[in-house]
Amino acid sequence: MSTVRALVLRSAGTNCDAEAVHALRKAGAAPDLVHLHELIESPQRLQPYGIVVFPGGFSYGDDIASGAVYAVEMRRGLLPALRAHVADGALALGICNGFQILVRAGLLPDTCGSGVPEATLLWNESNQFECRWVRLEATTDRCAFLQRGQVIDCPVAHGEGRFVVADASVRERMIANGQLALRYVDPSRDAGPPAAYPWNPNGSPDGIAGVCDTTGRVLGLMPHPERNIESWHHPRWTRGEGGEATGGLAVFRNAVRAASQRG
Amino acid sequence: MSNQPLLTFVQVTTRPEFADPAAHDATSALAGFLRDRRIESLRFVRGFVLEGVAAHPDGARAARDVLADPVAETWSVDGVPGGVASGDEVLSVVRRAGVMDPTESSCRTALTAAGIAVTSLRSVRRYVIRGAGGPIGEAALREAARKTLANEVIEEIHFGEILDLRSPRPAPYEFRLVTVPLRAAADEELIRISKAGTLSLSLAEMRAVQAFFTKEGRDPTDAELETVAQTWSEHCKHKTLAGEVRFRGDAPNGRTPERTYRNLLKETVFAATQTIARTDCLSVFRDNAGIIAFDDDHGVCMKVETHNHPSAIEPYGGAGTGIGGVIRDILGTGLGAKPFLNTDVFCFAPPDTPEADVPKGCLHPRRVMKGVISGVRDYGNRMGIPTASGGLFFDPRYIGNPIVYCGTVGLIPRGRIDKAARPGDRIIAVGGRTGRDGIHGATFSSAELHAESETVSAGAVQIGNAIEEKRILDGLLRARDEGLLTAVTDCGAGGFSSAVGEMGAETGAEVELSHAPLKYPGLSYAEIWISEAQERMVLAVAPSNVERVRAVFGKEGVEVTDLGEFTGTGRLVLRYGGTKVGDVPMEFLHDGLPRTTREAAWTAPPAVPFAWPAARTADDGGFGDDLLAILSSWNVCSKEWVIRRYDHEVQGGSAIKPLVGVRADGPGDACVNTPLVGNPRGVAVSSGMNPRLGDLSPYDMATNAVDEALRNLTAVGADPRRAALLDNYSWGNATRPDRLGSIVLASEGLHDAAVAFGTPFVSGKDSLNNEFQSERGLITIPCTMLVSAMCVVDDVRRCVTMDLKAAGNLIVLVGITRPEMGGSHYAFIRGIPGGTVPVVRLDEARAVMDGVHRAISEGLVRACHDLSEGGVAVALAEMAFAGGLAADVSLVHAPYEDGPDAIGVRDDALLFSESPSRFLCEVRESDLPALRAALRGVPHAPIGRVMSAGRVKTAARVTIRGVRDADLVNESVERLRDAFTRPLRNGGAA
Repeated sequence: MSTVRALVLRSAGTNCDAEAVHALRKAGAAPDLVHLHELIESPQRLQPYGIVVFPGGFSYGDDIASGAVYAVEMRRGLLPALRAHVADGALALGICNGFQILVRAGLLPDTCGSGVPEATLLWNESNQFECRWVRLEATTDRCAFLQRGQVIDCPVAHGEGRFVVADASVRERMIANGQLALRYVDPSRDAGPPAAYPWNPNGSPDGIAGVCDTTGRVLGLMPHPERNIESWHHPRWTRGEGGEATGGLAVFRNAVRAASQRG
Repeated sequence: MSNQPLLTFVQVTTRPEFADPAAHDATSALAGFLRDRRIESLRFVRGFVLEGVAAHPDGARAARDVLADPVAETWSVDGVPGGVASGDEVLSVVRRAGVMDPTESSCRTALTAAGIAVTSLRSVRRYVIRGAGGPIGEAALREAARKTLANEVIEEIHFGEILDLRSPRPAPYEFRLVTVPLRAAADEELIRISKAGTLSLSLAEMRAVQAFFTKEGRDPTDAELETVAQTWSEHCKHKTLAGEVRFRGDAPNGRTPERTYRNLLKETVFAATQTIARTDCLSVFRDNAGIIAFDDDHGVCMKVETHNHPSAIEPYGGAGTGIGGVIRDILGTGLGAKPFLNTDVFCFAPPDTPEADVPKGCLHPRRVMKGVISGVRDYGNRMGIPTASGGLFFDPRYIGNPIVYCGTVGLIPRGRIDKAARPGDRIIAVGGRTGRDGIHGATFSSAELHAESETVSAGAVQIGNAIEEKRILDGLLRARDEGLLTAVTDCGAGGFSSAVGEMGAETGAEVELSHAPLKYPGLSYAEIWISEAQERMVLAVAPSNVERVRAVFGKEGVEVTDLGEFTGTGRLVLRYGGTKVGDVPMEFLHDGLPRTTREAAWTAPPAVPFAWPAARTADDGGFGDDLLAILSSWNVCSKEWVIRRYDHEVQGGSAIKPLVGVRADGPGDACVNTPLVGNPRGVAVSSGMNPRLGDLSPYDMATNAVDEALRNLTAVGADPRRAALLDNYSWGNATRPDRLGSIVLASEGLHDAAVAFGTPFVSGKDSLNNEFQSERGLITIPCTMLVSAMCVVDDVRRCVTMDLKAAGNLIVLVGITRPEMGGSHYAFIRGIPGGTVPVVRLDEARAVMDGVHRAISEGLVRACHDLSEGGVAVALAEMAFAGGLAADVSLVHAPYEDGPDAIGVRDDALLFSESPSRFLCEVRESDLPALRAALRGVPHAPIGRVMSAGRVKTAARVTIRGVRDADLVNESVERLRDAFTRPLRNGGAA
């Protein structure tokens, strides 16, 4: 089995590329860091990559809205090629600003394949940027990056993370398709109503932290699994907590495994 | 055809079915200033003025495809979306002409990508307000908006639905060489010229310039005079601290009462570094930032800067450009270092200062604080650099002049440290365009603030654009790694004049100013030369590498301009369109500053005995209320509200976070970050500062600051003997002998502490003239000495945090407590006058820190916290709630010595004394013998035990018993936590 190649895209204001590259490498992939403009010039460069990652940051300062300028650039030159690449079995992952970009570009949630934006990420209910650790639970078995029930501890660091949909029908289709991929959970409670602030850091309805497309091969999430890779990343590692069981590496390992089975 | 340019006003607002937090925040902000009137509803509207496109079809397409969110927003090109009902009032906030709009360039990028060509773009914020029971009225709304929604230094407030959207057309520049008749000027005229031009040159300095040009046989051009003023400014030259000082007064550590320094900094701070001569110092006091060894391949460098005056009048922009500037310092260290950590330490007046106590010309401290924090947040977060270390300090004397310290730590390959421009190298400018921003920033920062500063100095304020700087970072590090650069420096104060003047000091340089790309026409050659427009750097590049440099930066979207050549003539030659507009020898610029001797004097105020309150016992409530009051005091309480605004996790390097413990609410002593992601080698960074001590003894304030910074490093497991230090002075007007005297003593304190600990200073900065002339008199800030410390940690997995870990473990107090209560928080919250300053016994301090470090590195310490404000009681409370555990201790056997404030043991001294060089350590009972061995020779005592939190009905408590075995403190951990976290939970809002 040959090594899975991963493409990490960067642009003006991308700033989580180094940790994304590290996580992919540690998960067994061979990552390349490439500028968005280079890819727009020659979209066929996507071909060898089993995983395409849109890392976090503040693309173009998040002026207009988070990820908006980047999404406009993508629409111009990259979207058809990326859609075809995913249809061909490749995986795509958008983290934080990358998630915002995929939503604004219409790749997520894309409940009926129309490519029309059906959701958006609004300002946090607190109207503030928040950096804090959260706990996530995978709530779908349709996503190549996740196993249902899997728990991930990792930080969020965003101002615009409140995931809302255009209307109730989008939500219904997302549920039916198993597209609600990750939700925020309150570690002090085993079940019950969705987590409240601060465990739900942005006020997303139903505690939605991440969503996938209908194929399960495109995942977007606000939190940063690539920032919980090493034993010393966890905020309570000095208390003996953390480790691989709730680490972020599993997301990347799952992706590498799924991508290695691609055609 | 009319001459009216095409213009479209796109307005965007959130659909009513979605909550709009921006509207909510604006409503509550305005409400605070509307007295008896209430806002029934408020809509927030984002406006975009697009020039060069018609409303249909291009304007509408821009709105639909680019500017509005299709799901959550509605838009219109014909007015406010949804219209403005009769009785609704509209406020608009528009940037003043020439003020940087950072959103412009990204909006243009997006519009261009969507195939819409605009000639210019501006953004506008609008608020459509419906007053309860009818219109609120223009006057009241304007007044409230002025206090909350807009800063009139950079923005204009408009009232009404109709806006005049035409942008002013700057007149084109017509070249005219300006000379200043200096040779014939009498002294009064010299002073007038200096003042009128905001040159901030003294009469002696003006005379030196006059003498030089008299010898040259001509008058200087305006550009030449400006160049001299920038180069000789306090900001660039540090002429006070690097000058000759004659001191008389206090004589600490065996000094004579009268002493003279030829160069104060060189003979104190820098001399300490030379005495210590540590081999891991790779570059000290010569580059933008000091560099120490990180590993065999890398060095780590750090710089801390101030940006006080701009932050006083425009906190958001001032602080943003402050952090932007210090990041560029790191980018300009060696041939470019990669920033991996930001630090910030701010001093403000208390957030609860009554409106009536805010002098004319000052913003309310809460507004200053929010603006500064937002500025650092937006710049640091966008740059992708974690901000994980810092502090807040409050004192009423910062009301007119806040202190904004911003620091950056970077990693640099050891082979890229040395740099020097060579004759023949091209002078290459990269980054943003040049505008009128920040003209006279260097000279402005060297003068004192007054009530009209906000109007006369508006031009000195800059607005940053973090994404431009991020592009420079991405390009610069790639150009560095390709070996394309021979020298790099940032454009900071003084703009091109300082950057080129500094880089070409040894070679000479010839600059063609008309080549500089401008934001808008109309700038004169002199303005181009001294503009402090942000996000620009200057590179020295061999001619053969210029094309490759253009390609590397071009890929990032960074503009690259060839400004001229480093020559070899030793002269600085300026041209505009080929005409010579300046020609002076570098030697005069850099060595022509006349030396002056300044007088300095400082004698400690006579000791006032500490007015101990009547002894308390458990019967009259003990000291629980004092402990709660200290935990809730502005300087001690949780800074979580600030910390969470910053991304402290980006780059994946955060190993010890700013907040630690079960609920991440314990204040960590130092942050530890790994600059190479995935590699456990790290850098610990901390700071020490206590201006309250400066009023009593500047010398001891300085030694305490060093002790505190090193204590904080030691507490997380770093080796204090491997630390390197940075000094930052923020003082009042140092031409006054007493202020300069306190600087002398503080510098001597830094020297003595550094030598004793073996920790060199590697970089520093000073900011003088931090005073505010209010209508009620002159307000001088307290002497504000910040010491920052960094230390390489071989393996972050051996670090410890301050939260208690497990019931049954023992708590050990390390270090000697003395009754030295001056400047303590106990004195502060009780309003007790007097007391002597805590003294760092340097030998004792070193032994304590070495012992604690030995114990931690042997793996014996489960938790460690340094003792600072509030002493043992506060540290223990913090450790308990951070760990979610109870603690039961007795101070009967605490190591204690009598001091000047008391003979015999006092319970309140045991609890609250702020004697330096002390720690609390948590240790497993089975490890106690080993811990005691590690602490051999160091005064310490087990004082109690960690207890389990909450059997079913008993809440966890912290109990502290005193000398008579009575409970001094018996409080629930929940209550202590609440006292600590409540005050700043919402930014100190009432």
